[in-house]
Amino acid sequence: MKLFVNGKEIEVPAAAMEKRIVEFLREDLDLTGAKNACDVGACGACTILVNDEPIRICIKRVKDFAGQRILTIEGLAAPDDTLHPLQQAFVDCGAIQCGYCTPGMVMTAHAFLLQNPRPTREQIRNAIFKNLCRCTGYQQIIDAIEKAAPHYQRGESGLQAASTPGKPVSRQTSKGVNLAKAEAG
Amino acid sequence: MPELDKKSWRNDAYAKVTGRAKFTDDLKFANLLHAAPVYSDFVHARIISIDASAAKSLPGVIKVLTAKDVPGTNRYGQIIQDFRIFADDKIRYHGDVVAIVVAETREIAIRAVQLVKVNAEPLTAVLDPEAAMLPGAPLVHENHGTNIVNTHVVRRGDVEAGFRQADFVIEEKFQTQTVEHAYMETEAAVCVPRSTDGVIEVYGSMQHPFSTRRFVAACLGVALSEVEVIGTPMGGGFGGKDDTAAIVCARTALAAKLLNRPVKMVYRRDWSMRESYKRHPYRVHYKMGVTKAGRITAVQCKIIADGGAYCSVTPWVTWRSTVQCCGPYVVENVHCDTFGVYTNNVVAGAMRGFGSPQMNFVIEQMVEIAAQRAGISGVEFRRRNMVRQGSVTITGQKLDGHKVAMEQALDTVLREMDYENKLAKCAHGNGNDELYGIGLAMSYRGVSLGAEGVDFCAAIINAQADGSIFVEVGVHENGQGAESAMSLLLAEELGVDLNRIRYRRSSTSNIPDSGTTVASRGTIMGGGAVTLAARELKKKIAGAFCEKLGCAAEEVRFKNNFICGKTDREQIAFGDGMRQMWQRQQFPFALGTFKAPRVTWDEHTGQGDAYFTWVYGCQAVELTVNKKSGKVKLLNAVAAHDVGRAVNPEMVRGQIYGGMAMSAGYGLHEEVKAPDGKMTTLNLNTYRIPRSMDLPEMKAIIIENPDPVSPTGAKSIGEPANEILAPAIANAIFNATGQRHFALPIRLGALPEPTTCGEGCK
Repeated sequence: MKLFVNGKEIEVPAAAMEKRIVEFLREDLDLTGAKNACDVGACGACTILVNDEPIRICIKRVKDFAGQRILTIEGLAAPDDTLHPLQQAFVDCGAIQCGYCTPGMVMTAHAFLLQNPRPTREQIRNAIFKNLCRCTGYQQIIDAIEKAAPHYQRGESGLQAASTPGKPVSRQTSKGVNLAKAEAG
Repeated sequence: MPELDKKSWRNDAYAKVTGRAKFTDDLKFANLLHAAPVYSDFVHARIISIDASAAKSLPGVIKVLTAKDVPGTNRYGQIIQDFRIFADDKIRYHGDVVAIVVAETREIAIRAVQLVKVNAEPLTAVLDPEAAMLPGAPLVHENHGTNIVNTHVVRRGDVEAGFRQADFVIEEKFQTQTVEHAYMETEAAVCVPRSTDGVIEVYGSMQHPFSTRRFVAACLGVALSEVEVIGTPMGGGFGGKDDTAAIVCARTALAAKLLNRPVKMVYRRDWSMRESYKRHPYRVHYKMGVTKAGRITAVQCKIIADGGAYCSVTPWVTWRSTVQCCGPYVVENVHCDTFGVYTNNVVAGAMRGFGSPQMNFVIEQMVEIAAQRAGISGVEFRRRNMVRQGSVTITGQKLDGHKVAMEQALDTVLREMDYENKLAKCAHGNGNDELYGIGLAMSYRGVSLGAEGVDFCAAIINAQADGSIFVEVGVHENGQGAESAMSLLLAEELGVDLNRIRYRRSSTSNIPDSGTTVASRGTIMGGGAVTLAARELKKKIAGAFCEKLGCAAEEVRFKNNFICGKTDREQIAFGDGMRQMWQRQQFPFALGTFKAPRVTWDEHTGQGDAYFTWVYGCQAVELTVNKKSGKVKLLNAVAAHDVGRAVNPEMVRGQIYGGMAMSAGYGLHEEVKAPDGKMTTLNLNTYRIPRSMDLPEMKAIIIENPDPVSPTGAKSIGEPANEILAPAIANAIFNATGQRHFALPIRLGALPEPTTCGEGCK
């Protein structure tokens, strides 16, 4: 049996077929972005996209996904690590606090914007109904999704991330910082 | 760095938004074992024996550990050492853990748990806190001699004389429910015995690495230096990842130490709900004397807090309730008696708000009831009684030395909401379907621990030879953005770009024990320490270069990545300066320690300068109540909070929104249910925290009055934001329906829970 995960073909060993897919992704593929926070499909922290549909996977088995196209949070940024415009909007809007719900929330929002790139705030509120967040009160998450929507209207947001790179995010990388440049500034 | 970025900058945002942040359960180690806790089905019982033979014979089970396996101390607790690593003599609540099973896989461990048999003699459980206080009640802790954990009082003025001065007296009884923090990440620990030096590394989800280290070391019977708690991203705490989180780490560390293998224990949601401590349910009997002119003359109150089976921080939680028992109002005559009580219910401990959400639900409704009796608006009543510059609190503390911004917060919300006009439109029960109401609540809050505890914090700055900088502060990243706030403050103080600064991965082996990141103390205490450390570092740098810059050391300035003399003509690039210092062996390293200003407290009179400074906030909400279904729809909410100074404005707003959301859940939905002491709300499908559709659009207004006692000017926001939306909702529901609700969560519908209206409001 095969899975297509973040654009890669994965051959699933027979022994893994009965595994819960959230465990298969996290343990076997080391894709730990999707979290298992409730085990019963109540919180949405494990949400990934299957053929562009948001699915809460903590209650599903690997065999349920034979031949399906899976996108996890790890597959959303560009190969050069540039954030997807939706991710960048989450950063810019202060939509991230503890970060535990963030991967599932971003994936739900991504699926929604692919379907509806011109949403109202009320539609956004509706769309993330199944994803729980205890830190933010959802306000800045809704702001972020609203902010990212124009990128989807322009068709920048294919599953392989934006064709036009977003602005580089100020993050700490292992490459370190260009101090000479900082000093000149 | 552009200004825009600084307003929302987080050092962990990239890792979190890409799913790369490694939380405890995401960590992998070779040769890893898995552990799971064993509960019994008793609520109160004397343990006779624990039979683990069947569990041990299950293939893949390595060991079953009980109290007998603890080499150090099995008891712990921040105030009274009554918590157990494993229940030994008795089971005191349904969430007591008697053993853990350690196995090759998590699945096997969970299967084996069901095979452990607990043989115990059932005892009468005491589940009602008032019954628990009566003589002859079954004792939860026999050696404590009583079920009363602690008492606090306030004795101010002459309360009888105060009631005689009153034109009317209002007397009501209130009740609040047990609620769960519901952090998205459950308790989790991975403990790794380090083969090189035997130190036990602890990676876990907790907000108090230093107390975790204390409990782990005590449990293992080893020195503090033999345990290293290493900072790991944490999926929410809200006060809830202190005691229980530490004990989960201690049990895991015990298994790792005894078996000399890495061990992981990640709590299933039902274990977390069942075992972890909750917010205290309160019963409050409140009596308020008021004049026709709308002035409060006296308050008498009795507060009973159900602390559950163990002490945890009940004495501290109830202390804050006592100090703030009259809300932000000046009352000359106060008589308050507060009791923390043991029962066989789930343990109650710290939760965001820490004793204030319960009291504000009471006080902010009492002032509205009183205003109505006096024939004035709730806003006007508040104005006549609220604290102002120079006011004296009910504990005798004069509010000066900082701006008393109570009225500023109130006015800000009134203006933003157009409150007075909307108040005139409230339905008061008249109407056919959707009844409209608006309501508000306000509070003041003592910042940080106050006289609850020892209050200090350390920061270390270590500039490198190329001008990059390490910083580490003794506050913990709970998800609130503490590391980012500390980095922003340092960049500002040193006049350098943010991207030079790297927040060092925290470790209890790196930095002095700075207490726990609770009590909304992170920014004020951590920021204070960072600022003082930066000033120390600048002094060193200035001393090294003042001669070259042609000025006195105190004239050296730091800006735009340069070390400057009196004019910008004399300047040294920061990185060059660091290299030169390195070459001269003058280390650009500094330790800063910030000690909270002195507070005082007399336990017998309940008088003293309880907190070194205060914050002020106000929130209002609009809603409708469906007359047939009783369904409440929140339409709009506004908050204004004086935070001293907003270091990271987007993060401050995030705290306010999140606090309002949690308080809306407290007001309308959330309740831990445990008939007969056995919890039935064990997951997020039965314990209902607010979803996006439950919440309205919210507006957060930041008021900045920099506080002179805070080196950065910043104060607090985490808890102030979480303590007043529930009473604002209660007031709005009254204005919509004409019904007062004295119990939380507020249940409307065909048959609202019976509420008693005391003599005062007849």
